[in-house]
Amino acid sequence: MAAPLTLLLIVAVTIRAALYRSSLAELIAERVEVVSPLTAWKRVVEGLALLDLGVSPYSGDVFHETPLIIYLFHFLVDYAEITFMLADVITAVALYITVKDYNKQVFRKQKFALEADRYPADCLELIRSPKEMYYIPLKVAMFYLLNPFTILSCVAKSTCGLNNAVLSLFILSTIKGNVLLSAIFLSLATYQSIYPLTLCAPALLYFMQRLYIPVNVRRASFWWFIVQFAFMYLGSLFVIICLSFFLLGSWDYLPSVYGFILSVPDLTPNIGLFWYFFAEMFEHFRLFFLCVFQINVFFYTIPLSIKLKEHPVFLVFMQLAVIAIFKSTPTVGDIALYMAFLPVWSHLHRFLRNIFLVSCVLLACSALFPVLWHLWIYAGSANSNFYYAITLLFNVAQILLVSDYFYAFLRREHHLTYGLYLKKKDGSEATLILK
Amino acid sequence: MGLLSDPNRRQALISLLTRLNAPICVVCYMAGVAWFMGLAFEPFTLRTYMSENAMGSTMVEERFPAGERALATGREFASQKNKVDGMPVDWLVKAMQARGLEVFTQRFTRTLPFPDENNERYMVKGTNVYGILRAPRAPRTEALVLSAPCSPGDNNNQAVGLLLGLAQYFRNQIFWAKDIIFLVNEHDLIGMQAWLEGYHHTNTTGMDWSPLQGRGGSIQAALSLELSSDVITSLDLVLEGLNGQLPNLDLANLFYAFCQKIGVLCTIQGKLPRNDWDSVSGYSHAVQTMMLMVMKQASGRPWGDHGLFLRYHIEAATLKGINSFRQHKTDTTTIGRLLEGMYRKLNNLLERLHQSYFFYLMPSLSHFVSIGYYMPAFGLLAVILLLRALDLWVQLVTPAAPTEDGVVDVEQQSGSGVLSVLTPLVISHLTGTALYMLPIRFQEMAVEHFPVSETEAVVLTAIAVYTAGLALPHNTHRFVSGEATEQGWRVLKLVAVLYLAVLLGCTALINFSLGFILALTLVPVAAFITPHVPKVLSAFVLVVLSPACTLLFSVFFFQELQEMPVSFQDGWLLYLSVISQGILDHFLYGSLVYPLIALMVYPCWLLFWNILFWK
Repeated sequence: MAAPLTLLLIVAVTIRAALYRSSLAELIAERVEVVSPLTAWKRVVEGLALLDLGVSPYSGDVFHETPLIIYLFHFLVDYAEITFMLADVITAVALYITVKDYNKQVFRKQKFALEADRYPADCLELIRSPKEMYYIPLKVAMFYLLNPFTILSCVAKSTCGLNNAVLSLFILSTIKGNVLLSAIFLSLATYQSIYPLTLCAPALLYFMQRLYIPVNVRRASFWWFIVQFAFMYLGSLFVIICLSFFLLGSWDYLPSVYGFILSVPDLTPNIGLFWYFFAEMFEHFRLFFLCVFQINVFFYTIPLSIKLKEHPVFLVFMQLAVIAIFKSTPTVGDIALYMAFLPVWSHLHRFLRNIFLVSCVLLACSALFPVLWHLWIYAGSANSNFYYAITLLFNVAQILLVSDYFYAFLRREHHLTYGLYLKKKDGSEATLILK
Repeated sequence: MGLLSDPNRRQALISLLTRLNAPICVVCYMAGVAWFMGLAFEPFTLRTYMSENAMGSTMVEERFPAGERALATGREFASQKNKVDGMPVDWLVKAMQARGLEVFTQRFTRTLPFPDENNERYMVKGTNVYGILRAPRAPRTEALVLSAPCSPGDNNNQAVGLLLGLAQYFRNQIFWAKDIIFLVNEHDLIGMQAWLEGYHHTNTTGMDWSPLQGRGGSIQAALSLELSSDVITSLDLVLEGLNGQLPNLDLANLFYAFCQKIGVLCTIQGKLPRNDWDSVSGYSHAVQTMMLMVMKQASGRPWGDHGLFLRYHIEAATLKGINSFRQHKTDTTTIGRLLEGMYRKLNNLLERLHQSYFFYLMPSLSHFVSIGYYMPAFGLLAVILLLRALDLWVQLVTPAAPTEDGVVDVEQQSGSGVLSVLTPLVISHLTGTALYMLPIRFQEMAVEHFPVSETEAVVLTAIAVYTAGLALPHNTHRFVSGEATEQGWRVLKLVAVLYLAVLLGCTALINFSLGFILALTLVPVAAFITPHVPKVLSAFVLVVLSPACTLLFSVFFFQELQEMPVSFQDGWLLYLSVISQGILDHFLYGSLVYPLIALMVYPCWLLFWNILFWK
């Protein structure tokens, strides 16, 4: 499988290099759907210029990146394009290895379950074969690298690509079973933007499954493992934060980075839900709604973890999707990361109900974003309501996509336990309805 | 979420839609066309009204006295123009300075990508002259523009004369709160583009201009004047701008209100207003007026010098004086009073015009149709595409054997399906790119080898590439997947139908008329093309409804609407010049019609051609 992967990498790098050289690069770098105030390259350059002048890059409201990023680019600013292409390649390769490993584990578990005769007789068509799972890792890498969202994000030099690389390395180290590396990468990802904190839950569940620790709040081993992971995670987070302090010599970056993410002072339009709401809000209620919106991102962790405690990798997918939809300043790069996982669940196709509607709406909204932006900002004939309507529709479609996959996953699990062709008590055929 | 999650109701709805798909499509199409035609029927329209409070009542006393002096100035301008054989820059500068304005000039040059045969120019060099009347007691933050083009020959002399007369009159008034810029631009739209780019410090079209030495504030509104006779019988209002953008309706309302007050006959699209809306001829008159507006908007050209202001969010319109055979003539003094009144009202504006509609159609100057009323016509046509897409999806997903909801893995076919769809897509888009790039690139080569001029070379190359697209191979998918499956063309048609729906939707949002006309011709094609319909007849229908032929018919239709019908020969020459003007508009002003048709609509049409001949 190395040859197709290499070919894919070469094609992806060629496309990105061609776009870097064309005149579209500046156009793309200005689009608000692709860059946010947190991830824009323009702001990184501004911060570097301030740093060269000896002024703190966080003075003024322009720069919101973490000190590690600014020092990384201090050395790499001339090779910025190569850095971002490399980040994309790392993400793709990490996802490839992750999915290959995960497929092996899935197949092994399935084999044990078959031998133990745990599946009802009529759901044999739901069993997956190695043949159909053979090309999935390549498809995952392809979905990530050739996704127009990823290409746009890379050409715009949005630091979202670097965040995605760290997240994919975290997922890789989790799947490989390396607790320390997983904690370190997760703390790096949390350090960049706070929201990956919710990925602690699937990581913990995965390790516990792998180390045969029962997921039971009454057992001491459960709490002991959580303490160990928390120690490693918080320890590395502490180390990184102190390192940042020593790099720049002040705590300025804390309000600029984390204060910005949490309190959303900048209402630049983007594809998220925050900007319009907070533009319309009265000051009196701002703190309340801020808390509500931010809690919304973290809120789904506990219920999803309880429901999906046997399936931590699907939980990772759901959490990534929830972060990408509900975070304060999302961009298309965040969406590209969770969409890369969709081929892993391709066996759920037969249970998906709304995939046609969802893909039509996502396609139409992606096309309408630049049109309505043009009508609002340049032609002056529309206003922010038009753009927010498309944003709302886009996010509703994403939520529908994620919930559809969730339904399909749970339904397949249900069939694997109770059989595929369900019969009511009197023997006639029954249909499953989700109420 | 009942419909999305309850399988029984979903099944019922989906089976209803698939059984009745063709009848519903036909009904929707008829309904869409009927809705559109009904828009011109007067009881379905609204009377125009002034929305901006700052321009509320027209209680202004206009006192402009100097119409005769303006005509004399115009005659002097004409003689100077003949003497210099171009724009009399020095005379204009002296004349404006004598009237107390701050005068500046701007030089510009542009080499057109190929010679413009309509206006007989290729390497354009010119000068714009403009004078700024500073507001006596206000900070210089806002401005209004009055412009008159300097045209060759006997055109527009009176406009320049009136402009200078108004400048002198305005200079003596103390109530101006905004700077007024009096602009005389050379080479009409090219000069205007240079001036606007210089004023706003942008350079989107690659023109070479000298920077502006003097500037007013941000421009709130602009009027362009075209007056070629000493007396007129009516004033025509031209609203359509670049890419079909229209100014705020309040500007048209302002014009209409003042015409009523002063008693000048005002028209739109050159058609006189009528009262008999309930008669057939009255209704057809309104339909003709509306269709003229739709045609003009769909072409994406600026139909007056005002058309380029709209892109900078400046509301602008062109006033054309028409002298035809009627009893009642209006003299220059009255026109001057009208303009004085309009500028005094625009002077009162506190913020840019934004209260009234930006998207509208006008079946007459006193009635309009807003976007909320005309969009459903387009929506009905777009629904046809969505119904077809749903039908195809259901056919693709359900096999012959009945099972529960959502079935066999599309996985097996998806591999070959994706690739067999990708090849026609790539090929048709490459052809579209060729249609966009080849005519300009290869004009020198064409001129060497064939006895044609450059313009003809460009246009004929475009038509040649367009026709060559019809001969593309239709069975490339065979080499990829090895066999022509029934699934193959369905997947391609699904992709093509969705692509067309998104494309037409985006087009209709920016330029409704273009989107609607394309929808009228392309939606029936898209809905009913399959490889199984009779080939020769469908091929003929497909070619007749293709974008190029639509343009040909539109040219003849447009001439009919203007009551200047042309013979077939003249019509064909006009068609060729329309194509060359469209290409030139794209390169000179950034019009989007040519790239849209070449790069997106034509490849989409080619996909349907491919489906028709799918083996």
